Amino acid sequence: MFSKHDVLETIAMVEKEHLDIRTITMGISLLGCIRDTAKETAQKVYDLVCFKAEDIVKTASDLSGEYGIPIVNKRVSVTPVSLISAAFPQDAPLIGKALDEAASTLGIDFLGGYSALVHKSTAEYERMFIQTIPQVLSQTQRLCASVNVGSTKSGINMEAVRLMGEAFKEAAFLTKDQDGIGAAKLVTFCNAVEDNPFMAGAFHGVGEGDTVINVGVSGPGVVKHALEQIPDADLTEAAEMIKRTAFKITRAGQLVAKEAAKRLNAQFGIVDLSLAPTPAMGDSVAMILEELGVGCVGGHGTTAALAMLNDAVKKGGVMASSRVGGLSGAFIPVSEDIGMIRAAEKGEITLDKLEAMTCVCSVGLDMIAIPGDTPATTIAAMIADEAAIGMINNKTTAVRIIPAPGKGVGEQVSFGGLLGRAPIMPVHTTDSSRLIQRGGLIPAPIHSFKN
Amino acid sequence: MRAVVTVTGKDSSGIIAKVSTFLSEKGANIEDISQTILGEYFAMIMIVDISAVNMKLSTLAKECSDLGKQIGMSIYLQHEDIFNAMHNV
Repeated sequence: MFSKHDVLETIAMVEKEHLDIRTITMGISLLGCIRDTAKETAQKVYDLVCFKAEDIVKTASDLSGEYGIPIVNKRVSVTPVSLISAAFPQDAPLIGKALDEAASTLGIDFLGGYSALVHKSTAEYERMFIQTIPQVLSQTQRLCASVNVGSTKSGINMEAVRLMGEAFKEAAFLTKDQDGIGAAKLVTFCNAVEDNPFMAGAFHGVGEGDTVINVGVSGPGVVKHALEQIPDADLTEAAEMIKRTAFKITRAGQLVAKEAAKRLNAQFGIVDLSLAPTPAMGDSVAMILEELGVGCVGGHGTTAALAMLNDAVKKGGVMASSRVGGLSGAFIPVSEDIGMIRAAEKGEITLDKLEAMTCVCSVGLDMIAIPGDTPATTIAAMIADEAAIGMINNKTTAVRIIPAPGKGVGEQVSFGGLLGRAPIMPVHTTDSSRLIQRGGLIPAPIHSFKN
Repeated sequence: MRAVVTVTGKDSSGIIAKVSTFLSEKGANIEDISQTILGEYFAMIMIVDISAVNMKLSTLAKECSDLGKQIGMSIYLQHEDIFNAMHNV
């Protein structure tokens, strides 16, 4: 039985510390929707998604009311569209648009899965599919795209890396009226996971069940508040406090995930333990690192503090949930975290430090605005660096960067809402195009041969 | 099915009467009640059986919250499972 203190603590977490369920994401398999033509397939996809997820918004609202915990986002992820459009890749945009319409009908904020998995090689239909991504993102509002370009088992597909460098440039250019928001809906992965509930990188893997509910919890504010209670604790005690807090947060997620799955006739998939910030004051991962004692996020010590935070969150979360998955790590998106935005404005955090941080946490170079004139090959080289970190360290890494059209260092992009705003950060201007133009596959590392 | 009602805010007369009358009209049975006053701050936690309540739990929670606004308090009604989940191993 719980105590009076427990009740008041839970309410304080919600009222003052931004505890929430960040997302309920329904994964839907589209493999049964494949028809002879793109038009028929698109119609079937629209019908299926609207049917399966019809009650997701209502159910989330009911659960939120019953448990008194806000559920911020309701989302859908689908089978990578490159697979279901393989017979007619040039018409894949029809399916993308059908999915966007379905998202609008359902009243959800994002739908992920306009995706391709090309970590070993790019088939012709996948090459054509990837080339449709920028245009589709510019013509849709809620659709998100992702491409997996590498894995620890397969190595890094450098042709796909080059194509993605170009895709980011074009996606930003085609949405130049909105600061290049198209690129903010696009993610490049290494070691992509099949059950990620978070956008923009969510897709429903082919190894998954028919209809699955995955839940992403959050609560950077709760963790920060807990640490504020023990300002003089050593780092062992601080880690213990983070673990305990992560346990409580995750249990709330687990409860909501199981109940949501039951009511929506879906399988309970996983709880993703990621600490995900929002641009709201007091909901920042950067500020947890600063509470731990780093003067300003980006300064020396940031990587160590982040490594400890990320590990402690996982240890608490794993104990709390029967099924953990997704990305499960601290997110460090620049535009979506008020502490990161401030550090970037002060010049305290750089791309190089962010890259170092991604070695110890998920997920990668996320929501970073860079000058619009950055060459596609430089973006591709950034993707290659990040993919290498993921490949060698057996972890998921991602790149979601926005080459802001017509803007340079000193200016900022602003997307509003959860996507936030970001000052444009400088990139190295050395030309890396020769590396990118070599193409080929960076072979899988020796430690991937475990059989 | 049981829920936890939490009432917090500045102390004034008649809070318990108003909240318990409201709950009883809805068919909720109060099983346990504890209350503290710290200075001017009032905090009350009630465990209520809501099996006989003839409306959706989320609607009842919303009405409790509305009642809170009327009487100048903060009132939450939540399914007890959330506390069992978060505070028990």
